[in-house]
Formats: sequence, C-alpha cells, structure tokens
Amino acid sequence: MREVRVSEITDKIEEMFIDACRNIPCNILASLKEAKEKEESPLGKEVIERIIQNDELARDKQLPICQDTGVAVVFLEVGYDVHFDGDIYEAVNEGVRRAYINGYLRKSVVKHPLDRVNTKDNTPAIVHVKLVKGDKVKIDVAPKGGGSENMSLVKILIPADGVEGIKKLVLDTVFKGGGKPCPPIIVGLGIGGNLEQSALLAKKALLREVDDVNEDPILAKLESELKEEINALGVGPMGFGGTQTCLAVKALAYPCHIASLPLAINIQCHAARHKSYIF
Amino acid sequence: MIKKLHLPLSEKEILDLRAGDQVELSGVVYTARDAAHKRFVELLEQGKELPMDIKGGAIYYVGPTPASPGRVIGSAGPTSSYRMDPYSEAMMKEGLKVMIGKGPRSKEYKDMLVKYKAVYLSAIGGAAASIGDSIKKCELICYEDLGAEAVRRLEVENFFAIVTYDTKGNDLFEDGIKQYKK
Ligand code: SF4
Repeated sequence: MREVRVSEITDKIEEMFIDACRNIPCNILASLKEAKEKEESPLGKEVIERIIQNDELARDKQLPICQDTGVAVVFLEVGYDVHFDGDIYEAVNEGVRRAYINGYLRKSVVKHPLDRVNTKDNTPAIVHVKLVKGDKVKIDVAPKGGGSENMSLVKILIPADGVEGIKKLVLDTVFKGGGKPCPPIIVGLGIGGNLEQSALLAKKALLREVDDVNEDPILAKLESELKEEINALGVGPMGFGGTQTCLAVKALAYPCHIASLPLAINIQCHAARHKSYIF
Repeated sequence: MIKKLHLPLSEKEILDLRAGDQVELSGVVYTARDAAHKRFVELLEQGKELPMDIKGGAIYYVGPTPASPGRVIGSAGPTSSYRMDPYSEAMMKEGLKVMIGKGPRSKEYKDMLVKYKAVYLSAIGGAAASIGDSIKKCELICYEDLGAEAVRRLEVENFFAIVTYDTKGNDLFEDGIKQYKK
C-alpha cells in the first residue's frame, strides 16, 4: 500500500491547470505550423499565423492562450495499491479553485444549468476516476472551452450504418459547426460502448497526442480518411474557407451491443490544452 | 492589405467595408455577451435608456479572463456571436453599427445588417492573449455581478478583425467555403 497525500494532489492540480491554460503543448504548435504551410487560402494562412503568434505570446508572457479557460476536466488513473489520506474529489476541486483564482483564469461554471448562477471559482471539476494496477496516480487535466464542446454530439447509430454512417455524421457535424468551434479543430470520436461510454471515449480520445498513430488498424484507417474528407469540406481556419479545418481525428472504440453502434463526436478547438503527470 | 480605421466609423467607411477585408480598429468598443444583451433588451422594452451611448458605436462579444497584476485586461478573444442573434435587431435600432465576435450567424441577422447599414466583423477565436495586448484601457460600465460578462468600455489600438458580413449582404463564410470545397 502506498500512502498518497491529497494535499499534494491539490498542489499539483493547481499547477497543472495554470500551466495548461498558458502553455500550448509543443506538438499542437508544431501541428499548427504544418497546417499553416499546407493551407491554400491566403486568409486561412494569415489566421493560423496569428493563432501561432498568440500561442507563443501566451507562453512568453505567461497569459491564458484563450479567455475561455473552460470547464476543468480531470482524469485520474489510480493504482489499486494507493491509499489517499483524505477526500480525493475535494482535493481535486480545491486545486481547481486555487488554479482559477490564483492563475487569473476565467470562471465559467454555473451552479445549476437552469438558474445559471456562477460558482465564481470554476468548481466543480468534472472528474473521471479509473482503477488500474500498481501504486501510481496518473493525472490528466484538460480545460475544455464551451465553443467547441457546444458543437459536439452523441448518437446511437445502428450496425447497418457502419463506417459510412459514422463518416457521414462526422462530416455533417463539422460542416454545420463551421467557424464556431474555432478551427483548425481536433475531432475526438468514441465508437461503441453505450450512450455514456461513447461520450467518455470521445473525450479520452482527445487526450491522445495529436501526432500519434492509432494501434488499431481499423481506427487508424478511419482517422486518416476522415481527416482528409473533413479538410475537403472547405471550412478552413475559423470557417473563412480553406483546406486546413482539422489537425487530426482521434478515435477510440469499445465493445457494444449487437443491436447498436454508438457514436460520440467531441470537437476540440485549436486551443487544445492538456497536461499529464504521474505521481 | 490591412485597413486602419478609427472608431466610431463614418457611414461611408461602413458602406465601403467588404466581406474579407482585414482591418485594424482603434478607438472605443463596449463589451457585452448573452446575459448583458438580455438586460439591454429588457431595458429597451421598458422604454428605458441603455447604460451607454451606442449610437454609431461598436460592441465586442467577449468575456475576458481577469487582469493579472500590471495588466489592463486579461486574455480577451471573441465568443460565438450566434447567441446574440435574438438581441441584435433591438441594438441596431438603437444605432449600433459594428458587432465583433466569431462564427456564423443567422440569415435574419445578415438581412438586418443590410437594412440597418451595419457590419459584422470577426476577431480570431482563441487568439485571446494577442487581442488582450491591443486593449489599452478598460473601464467597468455596469452589471458587475455578471463577472466576466459585465459591460466594459474598452479603448483599443490596432485591434485586428476581418469583415465577415457587410452591408451588401456578402458573407465571407459562404464565399470562402464554396471556394475551397472539394
Ligand atoms: S472554442 Fe476554443 S479557442 Fe475558441 S474561444 Fe472557445 S476555448 Fe477559445
């Protein structure tokens, strides 16, 4: 049994959210630079250039990349042999509270979806816990903005819809979203499972590195074909027209019922903020 | 080429703007998002005045991050504009001429721009740190209880934006996407 102090988790969560909001991952920046080279529209090129300049300025001056510093999404993988000395959920929320206050991040959470009063400290976080082998704690934090989340959806397709059905729904969703989710986007897909599992898979797919290759050959093929087809839609950077609508498609799959083909589409904007740490 | 313009814009300057033009704006813009717009429209419905003079003016749809010490404002990129569509006609009736946000809006909204001789510009979504740098002064006007959504008066310098819908009914999204659709 390994004892983990929840106060250390709080400190780490605070540091990770501030870091995530200010410092875009290097491979996202590299991917934006590659997209700028490939972009055929001059205005599209200009837009990506300004996004790159912004991300570099944010890093140099330690400012939030985007004003929408999102809802705090936290994934925890906790080893069976870990013992926490206190309430882990409260520890995470305290870290989020401190990050959003001390880091001058925007508080974008309302307490009730219908009466909509701001909680003023961006809590509660959305926390997903998974138990795994070992005695480590892996933390992934991802501040998720509203603009791209609003363009996401879950639909239960039927088996006959197959790959073509999946592609059609993804292409329709991206085209309809146009400039709203701040393209160039990353498209996270959760295929299979059930209603809630597919949504979780889609979100997890967005935690993958933007430049990795899917180990599942069926998904790898789907990802690369979809990326090309999305970029042929013409939406372009910020929806002004162009060939670089999407930096990557990332898919994860899970077994499912013989009667259904669940599909979740989670759209991630170019401000793809994510940090990872292992305790 | 980037056109440099001073706010408020003259009628001629507004009529001359074309979808696709890149501009750098200097002068005064007011901030407002959904919650503030809802209050504005309620005031107007009660026959009351808006908390600021918007005639000929500009509104930027933004909810900035809090200013860190030594800064005027935090990061301040645009929010999605379509959420303001239901309120925009009432604002244009009051003389609002320039709206700045991001993303596509309704057909009805585009028609209103032609009718009221107003323009819709886009700032680059997510380029919030750079945009924050082009804001030189920030003063709270009202609705402090709304936090990031409070109404502020900003003085901007060389604020970069792209004309998206103009007074002739041109739509940069539609034209641009058509051009690059394969
Ligand atoms: S969609 Fe992303 S980049 Fe655009 S405003 Fe929201 S968080 Fe920022």
